[in-house]
Amino acid sequence: MAYNLKVEAKKPERFTGGHRMCAGCGAPVVVRTILRALKPEDHAVIGAATGCLEVSTFLYPYTAWKDSFIHSAFENAAATIAGAEAAYVALKRKGKLPEGDTKFIAFGGDGGTYDIGLQALSGAMERGHNMVYVCYDNGAYMNTGIQRSSATPRYADTTTSPVGSVIPGKKQPRKDLTMIMANHHLPYVAQTAPFGNFKDLHEKAQKALYTDGPCFLNVLAPCPRGWRYDTPKLMEICKLAVETCFWPLYEVIDGKYVINYKPKKKLPVEEYLKPQGRFRHLFKKGNEHLIAEIQEEVDRRWNELLVLAGEA
Amino acid sequence: MAIRDRLSGNEAVAVAMRQINPDVVAAFPITPSTEVPQYFSSFVADGKVDTEFVPVESEHSAMSACIGAQAAGARTVTATSANGLALMWEMLYIAASLRLPVMLAVVNRALSGPINIHNDHSDSMGARDSGWIQIYGETNQEAYDNLIQAIRIGEHPDVMLPVMSCYDGFITSHAVENIDLIEDDKVKEFVGEYKPQYHLNDRFNPVSMGALDLQNHYFEHKRQQAEAMRNAKKVILEVAEEFYKLTGRKYGLFEEYKMEDAEIAVVVINSTAGTAKYVVDRLREKGVKAGLVKIRVYRPFPVEEIVAALSKCKAVAVMDKADSFNAAGGPLFTDVTSALYGRADGIKVINYIYGLGGRDVKTDDIEAIYNTLLDIVKTGEVKSVYNYIGVRE
Ligand SMILES: Cc1ncc(C[n+]2csc(CCOP(=O)(O)OP(=O)(O)O)c2C)c(N)n1
Ligand code: SF4
Ligand SMILES: [Mg+2]
Repeated sequence: MAYNLKVEAKKPERFTGGHRMCAGCGAPVVVRTILRALKPEDHAVIGAATGCLEVSTFLYPYTAWKDSFIHSAFENAAATIAGAEAAYVALKRKGKLPEGDTKFIAFGGDGGTYDIGLQALSGAMERGHNMVYVCYDNGAYMNTGIQRSSATPRYADTTTSPVGSVIPGKKQPRKDLTMIMANHHLPYVAQTAPFGNFKDLHEKAQKALYTDGPCFLNVLAPCPRGWRYDTPKLMEICKLAVETCFWPLYEVIDGKYVINYKPKKKLPVEEYLKPQGRFRHLFKKGNEHLIAEIQEEVDRRWNELLVLAGEA
Repeated sequence: MAIRDRLSGNEAVAVAMRQINPDVVAAFPITPSTEVPQYFSSFVADGKVDTEFVPVESEHSAMSACIGAQAAGARTVTATSANGLALMWEMLYIAASLRLPVMLAVVNRALSGPINIHNDHSDSMGARDSGWIQIYGETNQEAYDNLIQAIRIGEHPDVMLPVMSCYDGFITSHAVENIDLIEDDKVKEFVGEYKPQYHLNDRFNPVSMGALDLQNHYFEHKRQQAEAMRNAKKVILEVAEEFYKLTGRKYGLFEEYKMEDAEIAVVVINSTAGTAKYVVDRLREKGVKAGLVKIRVYRPFPVEEIVAALSKCKAVAVMDKADSFNAAGGPLFTDVTSALYGRADGIKVINYIYGLGGRDVKTDDIEAIYNTLLDIVKTGEVKSVYNYIGVRE
């Protein structure tokens, strides 16, 4: 059946409202869209790493999760869900579980995934657990007050890469985790974002959930507090990330790279940077070369992707 | 009929695991516990168990996967030593607070640094306040028996706590001894099925676990955890009684060796008790009223029972195979003295730190300790409370 947002939105919510994430936050939108890709008859065991998503959705005695949910720590969502999946395999084999399928999903922020949880993620994926790991990437440790992570874009202003009179924000370009995961040679890896009518995100979630074996999704999840944009601009920011090729939408299916969206006219990266307060300093006179450096990096990575997808 | 065999401690523990047939084993190699997952993975490879074996990429992930698995309804077992246990640290506390009865065989080894592979108790002693039940075993037989009992203890509805079953690296883990194994079907019957009230794979009753738990509830949850640890003592004894009926082997909270009329006593944990018993026998031949207490259950700490066992002694030496670096004494010493305080005052208690990094403790060393106790009884004077033995000063 073709994707239809109206139909999807009418499904019973598996992730309820009333949680405490900020208005205009990308993460809950990402989670809700991904969970809508589950078949209604399937059960889900969901894990989350410590971070904004976890602390705002499960504050005792309230939970926003209608499926089974576990949080254990910051760096180990992948290992925790891997354990739950192993339990499922064992209990099924021993005939101790009823009929029906269960999907195993781990959510981690960029800090919990690119940084402190990278080892557990790599291990779980290599071992081949039948699970989906979703990184909701908001480009910093938001829960602890906007500290830089290895996903933080170059020259972003964060509380541990502050813009000073000498240093213009985070010095290093961001780690390319999607490529790292693609090089784990998993059956399905994709990079996506809440974009347009959520078709890209929905379909990738569906593929990840219903492909056997370990799958990985890297999802852009803007944070109005950390990025300093007006809360209603969530979807616009995502669109600019995609249209500038700062955050290309692509997937790697059994090693085959497919670019899912190619902007008709690739916008300059400053269109993406401009509405965000964390990049404001780049638009001061004399800082033009910093934007040029960012543009160069974006172009290089986009061209590399074109080559991988056989489109260059 | 028991099965007579000759096995190393690690082999015996792996056999216990085969007989328990856990749903999930997630483990990472570290000397001297490595053999446990090694033996076990060969049971998996040969189809002798139907366990899901998860060869994780670290001990942090081992304990995380055990937590995920146990929370998802699986009976889960792992093994580690020293740095591996240290790497699990964060998750030990989380396993206990989630009230997940994960089983962990700790093959005691000196904790780095400096790095050293040999036995002392600095690894598990550091984890003594993590909320895990800790049971210690002197011999291969005890390591085997303790693991089987641990399943029943941890999973008891009044307890629901994870359990460490600890035994000495190399001395116990690698030395081959005679052992009486229980028949497979009897172990299966003894441990029964794991039937948690809630678990993640229960699709009809989805639950959320591991909440952010702030000022309004955290304290009550910790209070319940403390209560579970108190309940554990009774359950440990009930399980031991049932085990006795099955095997004829008696277990308590600790073992008393020639304590009935003892005037001086040593308190010790694990394999050193074997050496100390030999010394007690020699002293007894000379008419010295020497006795020994070997701790089996360290968490929960059997306060009243220890007091009762030591109350008739005049002088006691507590031997610690780990230091607390509090400049005052080892962890077992602190627990024994605080148990006695106000309950059996007047007993002179001294402490010896011994055997760190696998340094041999000889019968002469232990005899010297008893002789010091005799001196104390004779003179009524304690020259030094906190002592090191067997070290070049
Ligand atoms: C071992 C450990 N170190 C540090 C922390 C503190 N901490 C909690 S959440 C967090 C940052 C989370 O960042 P990210 O994963 O990007 O998620 P976000 O909050 O941005 O959604 C940190 C540093 C912790 N809980 N555990
Ligand atoms: S701080 Fe950012 S990531 Fe966290 S809830 Fe608010 S908007 Fe979302
Ligand atoms: Mg983040």
